[in-house]
Amino acid sequence: MSATLATQSLPGPAKNIEVARSLGSQRHRTNQIVKVLCVAATAIGLIFLASILSTLLIRGVGGISLTVFTTSTLPPGSQGGLLNAIIGSLIQTFIGAAIGTPIGLMVGTYLAEYAQQSKVGNAVRFVSDILLSAPSILIGLFVYQLVVTPFGGFSGIAGCIALAVIVIPIVVRTTEDMLRLIPATLREAVIGLGAPKWKMIVLICYRAAKEGIATGILLAVARVAGETAPLLFTSLGNLNWSTDLTKPLASLPVTIYQYAGSPFADWVQLAWVGALLITFGVLAINIGARLMLRRGK
Amino acid sequence: MQQAVAAPLPAAGKRSGNFGDKVFAGVAHASGYFVLALLGGIIVVLFMGGYKAFHQFGAFFLVSTEWEPVQEIFGAAVPIFGTVVTAILALLMAVPLAFGIAFYLTELAPMWFRRPVSTAIELLAAVPSIIYGMWGFFVVVPIMAEYIQPAVIDTIGELPLIGPLFQGPPFGTGILTAAFILAIMIIPFIAATMRDVFETVPAVYKESAYGVGCTTWEVMRSVVIPYTRASVVGGIMLGLGRALGETMAVTFVIGNTNRIATTLFGPGNTIASIVALEFPEAEAGSLKLSSLLALGFVLFVISFIVLAISRALLRPGAKS
Repeated sequence: MSATLATQSLPGPAKNIEVARSLGSQRHRTNQIVKVLCVAATAIGLIFLASILSTLLIRGVGGISLTVFTTSTLPPGSQGGLLNAIIGSLIQTFIGAAIGTPIGLMVGTYLAEYAQQSKVGNAVRFVSDILLSAPSILIGLFVYQLVVTPFGGFSGIAGCIALAVIVIPIVVRTTEDMLRLIPATLREAVIGLGAPKWKMIVLICYRAAKEGIATGILLAVARVAGETAPLLFTSLGNLNWSTDLTKPLASLPVTIYQYAGSPFADWVQLAWVGALLITFGVLAINIGARLMLRRGK
Repeated sequence: MQQAVAAPLPAAGKRSGNFGDKVFAGVAHASGYFVLALLGGIIVVLFMGGYKAFHQFGAFFLVSTEWEPVQEIFGAAVPIFGTVVTAILALLMAVPLAFGIAFYLTELAPMWFRRPVSTAIELLAAVPSIIYGMWGFFVVVPIMAEYIQPAVIDTIGELPLIGPLFQGPPFGTGILTAAFILAIMIIPFIAATMRDVFETVPAVYKESAYGVGCTTWEVMRSVVIPYTRASVVGGIMLGLGRALGETMAVTFVIGNTNRIATTLFGPGNTIASIVALEFPEAEAGSLKLSSLLALGFVLFVISFIVLAISRALLRPGAKS
């Protein structure tokens, strides 16, 4: 060991060629091993994704038929579909995003344009980041206590509100990030022309950042479309056809949850079809959002 | 008055601009305060909802392992234990994999290959939680029960000291399976954060290390990791925060038993899973519902602390 150190500390060509060579090859070997492990880690990650997607395809594709899209959920053995769940999911996702997006957009604007360094701004940024990663089941409990209990029961609108709460921090994050990318010279040019600040923000900054902001909204839609836990306590799920927002409303994730754990083969099959639909829908929105952002840049 | 007559247009324009500015700024500020109120509201509402249980059981609620709906005795120790143990086990599995992926994506992969692989890993985060639950229940659980658990019981299970952790009937479900699914779910968050912060290391630093003859791994270990240490830990905490509150995936595979598992293959529960499962059976106003809300409050406090630490560690590095 002392020989090794002595060799290392001397400048110039190694005095002890043998030790130097073994050191070098040892370092080289460590490097190779780490590289192989990293490639393996990446491969494992990709294998998980491939396994999930192929499982969905293998188990789900066989069950896809027209009745899935034309019939509501029915008792086991009577050839039901998922129509009410699909419609319920679309309604709740759409209204949730429609409520959450403007609020998130304004909060993002506030952070980027009015409160870059202020204490309140930092607090809002912090809270928004916490909400972004907070367990979604707690959002469900929160809306249950706030909306479901006082207003007499589970309802579609409660589900929409729960999803809106999840949408807000996602839109805040992308909106703020995108508005901050806009060069100061552009703002100065607009202000220099005599435009008021709000016109600068609405007509120039939003327009310049529109791909980024739209990406955020799409990512938020993709996220809430697959949410199950918050809906369990708010819109509950409904096995009958209903689009009444004041009554319990079906949704694809909750129906999947109910069906996947059931002992009936046809329900489990429908759960796989639903899982296939929701996953590929969500992934398609995700990829679309990324493509849009790339084109915007 | 004269001035207004002399230049009516700019004055009018200015006034409407001022008014528009005030309204817009007002709405923006109100939205900011709304977010603060939202978090405050969640804390208050969960605490108020759980107050009955906190009042009834006091600190006993946090340490009691009993959950007897019939006798109206509720304790949170088992779900808290399950939540923390599954999340930490998930981290132990996810961090090395996420690090390998981030290392591969920033230093090893050919340029053209980085974006598709990055996107694929990030898509893992987009797959809904319930899908992980189904995949876990129908694919992972049978594999665990048939191959992995029996093999582990026969090998590691025979060892002294750690052996007892790897024993028990191989049902396939349980703490370890839940942690495994959680690990896959949080890998993309940790890997993406690590990748982003690794990319903030100035090229000059790395080049000088390569210049004195460092290998790729040595550059990573001696330059990149020390430079990004705080943010890397922040990314890991972010993953931990995510793992603590996962509901659907865990509910499918953990076995849902209110007992402190003595082995990694034993069933258990987490705060999120017990809330999701028991909630439908809890009547409005009952002590049980209050206990579930109290559990939610506890989960919120744990997640809040973890996420706050994560953010504190991530912010300065990420913005530099």
